[in-house]
Amino acid sequence: MASIHLKNLGHRYSASDAGIDNPYALNPLDQVWEDGGAYALLGPSGCGKTTLLNIISGLLRPSEGRVLFDGEDVTDLSTERRNIAQVFQFPVVYDTLTVAENLAFPLRNRGMDSATIEARVSETLTMLGLERRANERARSLNADDKQKISLGRGLVRTDVRAILFDEPLTVIDPHLKWQLRTELKKIHERYGHTMIYVTHDQTEALTFADKVVVMNAGSILQVGSPKELFDRPRHTFVGTFIGSPGMNVLRCIFDGEAAVVDGVRLPLDEATIIAAHARGLAASGVSLEVGMRPESLVLVDAGASSADDPHCFNVDVIGVEDLGRHSLVRLRLGQQLLCALHPEGAEIPEAAALRFDPARTLLYESSLLVEAIG
Amino acid sequence: MLRLANIARRVDSHNALEDISLELKRGELNILLGPTLSGKTSLMRVMAGLDRPDSGELTFDGESVVGVPVQKRDLAMVYQQFINYPSLSVYENIASPLRVAGLERHEIEARVAQAAQLLKLEPYLNRKPANLSGGQQQRVALARALVKRASLVLLDEPLANLDYKLREELRAELPVLFAELGAVLVYATTEPSEALVLGGKTACLNRGRLEQFGPTLDLYRDPDTLMAARLFSDPPLNSVALNRDDGGLRFEGAEQAFPAAVTAELVSELPATEAGSTLTLAVRGHHLRLGPDISHAGESVACESLIEIRGTVDVTEITGSESFVHFTFMGQPWVALLDGIHAFPGGASITLYARPHDCFLFHTQTGNRVRKLGGGE
Amino acid sequence: MKVQNNKAWLMVLPMLLLVAVSAIIPLMTVVNYSVQDTFGNNEFFWVGTEWFQEVLASERFHNALQRTLLFSALILAIEIPLGIAIALAMPRRGIAVSFCLVLMALPLLIPWNVVGTIWQVFGRVDIGLLGHGLASLGIDYNYTQNTLDAWATLIIMDVWHWTSLVVLLCYSGLVSIPEVYYQAARIDGASRWAIFRFIQLPKIKRVLLIAVLLRFMDSFMIYTEPFVVTGGGPGNSTTFLSIDLVQMAVGQFDLGPAAAMSLIYFLIILLLSWVFYTVMTSLDNDATSEQGRH
Repeated sequence: MASIHLKNLGHRYSASDAGIDNPYALNPLDQVWEDGGAYALLGPSGCGKTTLLNIISGLLRPSEGRVLFDGEDVTDLSTERRNIAQVFQFPVVYDTLTVAENLAFPLRNRGMDSATIEARVSETLTMLGLERRANERARSLNADDKQKISLGRGLVRTDVRAILFDEPLTVIDPHLKWQLRTELKKIHERYGHTMIYVTHDQTEALTFADKVVVMNAGSILQVGSPKELFDRPRHTFVGTFIGSPGMNVLRCIFDGEAAVVDGVRLPLDEATIIAAHARGLAASGVSLEVGMRPESLVLVDAGASSADDPHCFNVDVIGVEDLGRHSLVRLRLGQQLLCALHPEGAEIPEAAALRFDPARTLLYESSLLVEAIG
Repeated sequence: MLRLANIARRVDSHNALEDISLELKRGELNILLGPTLSGKTSLMRVMAGLDRPDSGELTFDGESVVGVPVQKRDLAMVYQQFINYPSLSVYENIASPLRVAGLERHEIEARVAQAAQLLKLEPYLNRKPANLSGGQQQRVALARALVKRASLVLLDEPLANLDYKLREELRAELPVLFAELGAVLVYATTEPSEALVLGGKTACLNRGRLEQFGPTLDLYRDPDTLMAARLFSDPPLNSVALNRDDGGLRFEGAEQAFPAAVTAELVSELPATEAGSTLTLAVRGHHLRLGPDISHAGESVACESLIEIRGTVDVTEITGSESFVHFTFMGQPWVALLDGIHAFPGGASITLYARPHDCFLFHTQTGNRVRKLGGGE
Repeated sequence: MKVQNNKAWLMVLPMLLLVAVSAIIPLMTVVNYSVQDTFGNNEFFWVGTEWFQEVLASERFHNALQRTLLFSALILAIEIPLGIAIALAMPRRGIAVSFCLVLMALPLLIPWNVVGTIWQVFGRVDIGLLGHGLASLGIDYNYTQNTLDAWATLIIMDVWHWTSLVVLLCYSGLVSIPEVYYQAARIDGASRWAIFRFIQLPKIKRVLLIAVLLRFMDSFMIYTEPFVVTGGGPGNSTTFLSIDLVQMAVGQFDLGPAAAMSLIYFLIILLLSWVFYTVMTSLDNDATSEQGRH
């Protein structure tokens, strides 16, 4: 296993005409990913996550910067010499070989002796829970077992420095997704491989990874634990991309103590106020945004108790969607739309107000989080 | 109205479809929910007239359409793959079924403009499909299906190949689009969450058999069979075998029976089961709570009226706002979906509580629901 | 349902009639000839299996059959591996693809008899480029007199004419293999041979089966080219079954033995094609155990 250092890495396709018009597919970045970590690259299609993965695996040579594994420069090494393993979107198995032979394949290619191969293969079969199917033809397996074999061909090797996953659950049925995902998680917890997982599905990314790398338009917007990304998204894109539904982002101005949304004051917490003053946001009267997670909002009856509460504001209910586990309540505040989650079975008040938590109400300037520096 | 009566079809000596009867009304969204190879696509092909059923009747507005070739049927279809004419512009793609139908020029223009507006494709009308993103390409395919104003619209996992967030956006938009059509709409999906967002009615399919058909939320909250409940659970449904004897109900192999209050709330009367037969208790992950004094919608519940579940933690997945705790209970894999962050290490013991009200009881052998007498829920 | 089934029969009826007129009726005529003798005047005598016994016992038939089998075996042994090798070497993208495809398709566009004539002239020692060239190099080459030269000429000609077919079929199979398979193999450290053996070969197996069947049937029935180039000679050294058959039927007008022979010929092709099909479709079932041991 290895740590991965992406040193001033950037990429433009067709480097020959790297003129000003040719945009970066991947904007220059500098990242160090720890040995044994589980990382997820999360973003919409075309955000550059696959480009980054291909650079790490060696299928693509970056137009600038270096890739270091444990400090060793591997930028010019071919895929096979980087000692990485990869699981692709569609399962790749060697049809004519059995499950056990598929797992033995990478070891045979490296000329290992048969006793070692046998020991490694049976160990890997146990890891994957495929002991019983060892002698079945790989072709006859289901998509989820085939993906396990693809993973197994990486696990079986002792020299693997990182295992890369390229949207590995795309063709797996929802119920089996849960199984495969947790098995992957367990394998990571038990054996500590460095794993990098590319996906557009936030649930997969958040449940799998210790650190999630959120990307958009060729740039890394934030790297953080699932909790950090959920609680303090540094970019409004991260806020809206992560979460179902995403964060409510409303246009506002800062009056020195509160965010004002269409005339409604939402008092902010101390740290945000200090940070906003430090940037001179109160004086300028610039257009800002306030972000609130639907999960942090509580729908209450707009009665007497809410009228005096500074952390409550009245809203119009414009729609309710029962999603089973909870209801998604669509609301309007002034001219802007937002939504909140309401527990299963609870009644929706006719005249509604929202109670919010200033500590979980974030302020954004030009899409970037307003927070204390350092 | 599309009526299917006892539709059956065999493919390669296994039953692709087995005795399926459904009534799908105009203006309603009908969801076919089931895993891969459960018969969703087979059923749609029969509805479209692409395949003939081996037996059974298929009528549209009272007229039999068995054997009527697909070209002569008034229907539109959208597939999982983005299928557009690559050499035609977006405008021409959307207009193509209208040109085939021989509509007048101004009528075509009006309809394409309307569809493009609904699906937010106006800026792209002159582009070729290859220059669009996946989401936009699928919008074009949707527009082509909608513009036809067919009386039967079949959508086979139309969002499966799209990005997660795009899927979320389109899911929210689709019911609005569908409501305006007045057609019989059939929508296949593998994902329970998609069915819930779309609403309408849902037919649960499993191995070519119809498990249950009804309003989506009723099916979710009140499944008739264990399989229907399983199909409609994401994360997977938790289940455990129960024994019954004179002392009441207990987990199979457990010493102690449930408190009387729990048994009373689960079943008004112990169901008469044959000797040796067991019951299955099932509960969804988000109905499991950590503390005994859970408050539900304001009211707090006493400990004696809860089912206690003690398991060993397998692995915990944390999404940032919720935790999926996978644990083993009575030898079965269970999962609890808890709000907030709860990091349990593997191997730790965990105690969770469920309200009997949230649990389903099934006959293990038949998979049929054991309901409370008197119909009280 | 019954009524509609009958309707379906009505639909295939024209096709059945066509097949009957073009294949079954002539075949029955041949069967008819094969069990009777005639001395002209449209008088026929029942001879039973006499012709079949005669043909099967004749040295002439055995020799022709052996020659034909050897020819097919050589053709398959050369064209299949060569075709695969060329297909593997062909570019997968860029403008070179269309260039290669056109080049490959060219020999296939030339009619059989023209191919024969081309090589007949090409190989002549007096005026042919190949024959004359070889002669001027001091190589004693003459396909009209030397058996080996005649065989070499026919085989090279067939390879030149038909390898393209194998190439095109294999190429179509190869380009349909998704790129990720190659990526996965590189990551697994697979050698060039392992990639061929465990990815490419299994994926082109189906088209390869078609190629083998087509090339077998075609080479086993070869007639026009040897007829034009060598006329079955020198001696009888290139008299294949087809040429022998025509000589017997048209040259000697022995209709009875010729009919019996053509039926035997037909059954051999049917049998061998079936054998190829069975062996190749079960090939991958055995491949597993074979790989397990090395």
